[in-house]
Amino acid sequence: MCGIVGFLAKKPEFVQSLGEHVVPMLTCMGDRGPDSAGLAVFGEPVESSLRRFSLYAPDRRFDWSTFEQQLTARIGGQIELSALENHAVLIGSVEPVRLKAWLTEAHPALHLLSTGRAIDVYKDEGHPTDIARRYHFTQFSGTHAVGHTRMATESAVSPAHAHPFTAGEDFCLVHNGSLSNPYSVRRKLEKKGIRFETDNDTEAACRFLEWRMSDGDTLEAAIQKGFEELDGFFTLLMATADKLILVRDPFACKPAVAVETDEYVAISSEYRALAHLPGVKNARIFEPVPEQIYSWTVSSRST
Amino acid sequence: MDRVIPLDLTRLTVRELNHFLHHQLPTGDAVRVEILNPNGMHNLAVGLDALADIDILGHAGYFIAGMNKQANVTVHGNVGWSVSENIMSGTVRVKGCASECAGASGHGGLLVIEEDASSRCGISLKGCDIVVGGSVGHMSAFMAQAGTLVVCGDTGSSLGDSLYEATIYVGGKIHSLGADAQEEPMTAADVTRVTDLLTRAGITRDPKSFKRVASKRSLYHWHADAGQEY
Repeated sequence: MCGIVGFLAKKPEFVQSLGEHVVPMLTCMGDRGPDSAGLAVFGEPVESSLRRFSLYAPDRRFDWSTFEQQLTARIGGQIELSALENHAVLIGSVEPVRLKAWLTEAHPALHLLSTGRAIDVYKDEGHPTDIARRYHFTQFSGTHAVGHTRMATESAVSPAHAHPFTAGEDFCLVHNGSLSNPYSVRRKLEKKGIRFETDNDTEAACRFLEWRMSDGDTLEAAIQKGFEELDGFFTLLMATADKLILVRDPFACKPAVAVETDEYVAISSEYRALAHLPGVKNARIFEPVPEQIYSWTVSSRST
Repeated sequence: MDRVIPLDLTRLTVRELNHFLHHQLPTGDAVRVEILNPNGMHNLAVGLDALADIDILGHAGYFIAGMNKQANVTVHGNVGWSVSENIMSGTVRVKGCASECAGASGHGGLLVIEEDASSRCGISLKGCDIVVGGSVGHMSAFMAQAGTLVVCGDTGSSLGDSLYEATIYVGGKIHSLGADAQEEPMTAADVTRVTDLLTRAGITRDPKSFKRVASKRSLYHWHADAGQEY
């Protein structure tokens, strides 16, 4: 059992208050996943020459200011780093490949949680309530967000095994369920030079879909191939820079409920995680059907 | 006039609510309980064994009115998984939609879903009658042993897979039948049975427009000649 949550703001006031709506969803789903939790938040994309990077340090006392100085000295250019405990968001005109290479060499203990122009990721081990409080999730603003609460069944409990998983740029995925063929998917992808960071089954799904997209598929087309390739149980909630996407496997054993109003779209494993949302009691609430792709696009963007 | 007892879940825990319904319901008079602010909570009004009317005012969660005996439970909203699972008697009515496994393994009584029910509705049914005003999802009435599933709308795939002696009536389209389920002619007795259940459910439909689905009974016994080609 795990919990998934997703939120997409349709009105500017919901962009501003995104965290206030999402945190009760995430903490409520702590009952379904008390091991670890994570949240991916998407905001206004930075300009095309820049990238955002979310970084995780296993050591909570990690010296981010020294790290910033080292990075500036080595990589150069304009770099902006904002740290929150053992997480930091780095914005700069840094080639992702170059940053990864430098991190591997200079700071192998650091994890690069996400790369893109719009995405920030926070995830850690512990109860979702504690994690939301530790990283001030309620203060987050953004157009859309995807969160997860994990009850581990198939691989270790660690910050790296927590969801959301990311691959490529501005793409993340959370999963409720279990895949029965993650290793065969993984072997197929590794032969193509795709590298994995954990032995988690969800990472296989995430990297499979990103591989298809990097090969030219739309996310929708990639998901259709995913239905053929991925064996097992899954409710998958995904986000790109401007979309929130939900699918359930053909058996639909893992729950999902969605609500859509003029102001927002909200998705969760259970209705009780949505019950606090404004206007939800009289809103259109529905259960997504198996093998159908549900996609919502951000419209509240000012640019 | 009924005596109405309001129970507010912003003030009571689910355990306190169910303890009250099990041990402290007044006896003798007609009793009506209103459960306020359910907010998707699970396990409300489970294990009741009393002649009482219970109204849940709002959307509720999983296992609502499970194992119900005698009581009439009405949910004024949607419910999550496994509403009235293992119901023994009484009536459970959902004014909105129900998620998966509605009425799972129900032994007796009546379950009414006024709108749609999701997949596996009436799975392993053991004698309960279920009436769904809208449609049902895939694998409904899977391995249903006794009782009735009436679906006024359409059904998902694999309806009545591995069906035993339960009977299914469908007013709309059947997406596909499961293994060992077959469509059969409606008899006068079937029309009477559907009429009675629709009346009890308070749903107006032409009972003659329903199709009957029952077991072929070809899976009841092992056939050595059939190999594994079931």
